[in-house]
Amino acid sequence: MKMLSEKATCNSHGQDSSYFLGWQEYEKNPYDEIQNPKGIIQMGLAENQLSFDLLESWLAQNPDAAGFKRNGESIFRELALFQDYHGLPAFKNAMTKFMSEIRGNKVSFDSNKLVLTAGATSANETLMFCLADQGDAFLLPTPYYPGFDRDLKWRTGAEIVPIHCESSNGFRITKSALEEAYLDAKKRNLRVKGVLVTNPSNPLGTTLSRKELELLLTFVDAKGIHLISDEIYSGTVFNSPNFVSVMEVLIEKNYMKTDVWERVHIVYSLSKDLGLPGFRIGAIYSNDEMVVSAATKMSSFGLVSSQTQYLLSCMLSDKKFTKKYLSENQKRLKKRHAMIVKGLQNAGINCLESNAGLFCWVDMRHLLSSNTFDAEMDLWKKIVYDVGLNISPGSSCHCSEPGWFRACFANMSEDTLNLAMRRIKDFVKSTATNDINEISHQNQQQTNANSKKKAFSKWVFRLSFNDRQRER
Amino acid sequence: MGSETSGNSNNKSVVVLSKLATNEQHGENSPYFDGWKAYDNDSFHLVNNPNGVIQMGLAENQLSVDLVEEWIMRNPNASICTNEGIESFRRIVNFQDYHGLPEFTTAIAKYLGKTRQGKVKFDPKRVVMAGGATGANETLIFCLADPGDAFLVPSPYYPGFNRDLRWRTGIQLLPISCTSSNNFKITIEAVQEAYQNAQQANINVKGLILTNPSNPLGTMLDRDTLKKLLTFTSQHNIHLVCDEIYAATVFDAPQFISIAEIIDDDEIRNHCINKDLVHIVSSLSKDMGFPGFRVGIVYSFNDDVVNCARKMSSFGLVSTQTQHLLASMLSDGEFVEEFLIESVKRLRKRHEKFTNGLEEVGIKCLKGNAGLYCWMDLRPMLKEPTFDAEMSLWKLIINDVKLNVSPGSSFNCPEAGWFRVCFANIDDQTVEIALARIRMFVDANNNVNENGVVKNKQQWKKNKLRLNFSNGKYDENAMNMMSPNSPIPISPLVRARN
Repeated sequence: MKMLSEKATCNSHGQDSSYFLGWQEYEKNPYDEIQNPKGIIQMGLAENQLSFDLLESWLAQNPDAAGFKRNGESIFRELALFQDYHGLPAFKNAMTKFMSEIRGNKVSFDSNKLVLTAGATSANETLMFCLADQGDAFLLPTPYYPGFDRDLKWRTGAEIVPIHCESSNGFRITKSALEEAYLDAKKRNLRVKGVLVTNPSNPLGTTLSRKELELLLTFVDAKGIHLISDEIYSGTVFNSPNFVSVMEVLIEKNYMKTDVWERVHIVYSLSKDLGLPGFRIGAIYSNDEMVVSAATKMSSFGLVSSQTQYLLSCMLSDKKFTKKYLSENQKRLKKRHAMIVKGLQNAGINCLESNAGLFCWVDMRHLLSSNTFDAEMDLWKKIVYDVGLNISPGSSCHCSEPGWFRACFANMSEDTLNLAMRRIKDFVKSTATNDINEISHQNQQQTNANSKKKAFSKWVFRLSFNDRQRER
Repeated sequence: MGSETSGNSNNKSVVVLSKLATNEQHGENSPYFDGWKAYDNDSFHLVNNPNGVIQMGLAENQLSVDLVEEWIMRNPNASICTNEGIESFRRIVNFQDYHGLPEFTTAIAKYLGKTRQGKVKFDPKRVVMAGGATGANETLIFCLADPGDAFLVPSPYYPGFNRDLRWRTGIQLLPISCTSSNNFKITIEAVQEAYQNAQQANINVKGLILTNPSNPLGTMLDRDTLKKLLTFTSQHNIHLVCDEIYAATVFDAPQFISIAEIIDDDEIRNHCINKDLVHIVSSLSKDMGFPGFRVGIVYSFNDDVVNCARKMSSFGLVSTQTQHLLASMLSDGEFVEEFLIESVKRLRKRHEKFTNGLEEVGIKCLKGNAGLYCWMDLRPMLKEPTFDAEMSLWKLIINDVKLNVSPGSSFNCPEAGWFRVCFANIDDQTVEIALARIRMFVDANNNVNENGVVKNKQQWKKNKLRLNFSNGKYDENAMNMMSPNSPIPISPLVRARN
């Protein structure tokens, strides 16, 4: 008899994907400025490490929150015993107000409709358990976050059907792509229960336009299905256009009294905006009472630690702090983003124009030996092992076009980022040089006379390149 | 708007949501939770509401929280938020590796060993985090069984298992009947019977799960029973999951024996035990008394299960703020030892006080040496030995005696008349009041039974507790109004549920 469950023995956890393999390689040889300057630089981790100092200084000024105290009195006992899956009311209030603030206060949230979960990972899985039966499908625009394969499908038995987005229109969601995906699902005999979008997008770093949001709402309305909007990057929007939440459009377009109102659900987390992934703070927001009720019960399997809830309730209720944090954090992200975009441009590489997130969607199609995913893998391996950068290949994000990569920029120091840019530039040059050398070799055969000077400079260049190669 | 509109929005809801979201398999409509609702509606408070319902349905350990609090005050560097600990802040808040902080898993392994008197050594590499024991139990089932498979479970058992083990996993629970005839001990014959019945019904049994020390019995499994269970499960190639979350609440001899100890036993190893079938669930919620921190542990002797459970732990990792704090606390060997000794002392004292108080009015409890509760025998008070009579008695206790105790039927107990009453989540004064109320109730009950007339009416009127035993007085409406979806009254820190 089979010893373990199907879930334990299949690999729907998706951890054999290249997204995770790159991580593993990084773990074996991680870059360190002093200990391991030739190691692999981690650019596959969408973390926000730019603003810890702001959090630390808040803590220094608020010893009560830090020390299980309220107004100088210890509340350790209450916190230690607090396991109510409805969550700490003060924390939920603070969370919903924070979510409002991020949306320019154009939307207000009711803390009774918020369910706390252990990270967005748990929030997404829980929503799937609530909305889909085994074998049902959700439509997701590609490219999408590789973790979704595990979070949405593994234990729930749900399926993901891709909505193909293409570079030709900046990877925007179109009506035809939606319809095509819906038909695809039908062909596979899958019942479609909804659409899930990440807004701002991971890995694109773009915010959904109003037009796209309206399109999505029209679509889910017509099909009678759900819309999940994973908005965990909403606080990382650093350039215009401003973030537009699906809630805003729901209200604007008068969906409030319709049944669509109850079929739109938001996922949020403090891992990206506040840079606190270790704390496991996720949330589901829904206008559907039954979803809130079921999700609340399910949250028993992954509640947020009470000490963490308390700390964050104090922090997020400090409006002076949240305002300062959000604006300063965005400034820093913007600066960092500009750095990486420029750095890549110097190497002749373009990125998709983006205004949010902790990463860029990098166009390396011109570096592929052929327009195939095999070539993408080859290129990726070179970048990981030879160039020493762990970036994420588009195929791991289910991108339908080869040649795109996600590179994170907010999880390292400026110096490290600069180093990464230098490495890329050198790599691109060497690739170009190899091509040029092919051609020049042929030229030399033909024109010996003038070639002395040219040859010399090429020779110098090639020598210096080879030197660098040997270092790796 | 082109969607088909049906008349009843509820029906539409059912179609549009999943079966899980709309079925009752979460089990929260069971009477176990009704008592809670009554309590939430009218919570006892020594000063503000002295006639309210006393919560005795919550298996929490509140007796030694002060010891932990003192430790925290003495060790500000264990917090990443204080001046002393802030230098760890960045590393800790950014750490989301599901292997857990190495110092945390090491400290947990050490702690597990300590709570088993150092008789077994635990390997930190096998320590896997989960969202409380709730998460740990569910995760193990996801790893071991497919929808439709079954797990055997000795009854009476913790009501939460109905949700934790079955709801999202789709498995069934088959009870192994334990009765008072032999003090609710698990017999191999009963296990065999349950197993054979399942075979005959074509149900695929994947394993046996038990809680040791037992909830609700408060008893421990002896060495012989553990060996027999291990042998049985290995022989039939089914898993054995031991939920040992009450291990450190053993307050009287004999000492706790973990399944980990049995596995190491020479004699047992000769019987070809398959270690790959053995798994332990642990938690810090009961013995350390901080359920709010959500520290659940899956400890498996099966490498594949460790790996799978670890990946699944992504859905319920322990906050690193908490991991860091506890790594520091639990590696303070001196503190842990002192804590365990003192905590057990306090539990024993409380247990004695409570059971003595009950004895005085002729109420017997099953003899137990562990847990945060007693298994009360109220069979003599039943009008007839039926579960209906048990329910009537229970409603009386909730609404008139105003104690939230848990009826045996909610634990799937095969016999009517048993009740679990928790004693470690209230202070000394409240214990006195609870005992006084029970005393009065028993007196009144005896008086009614003897003469058909209620004696000592004068005494009650004098008593501020205003107990009233006329039949049908309880407000059924109040009970039915509370549904799982209705909002619980808000208080600064809403009272915990379990």
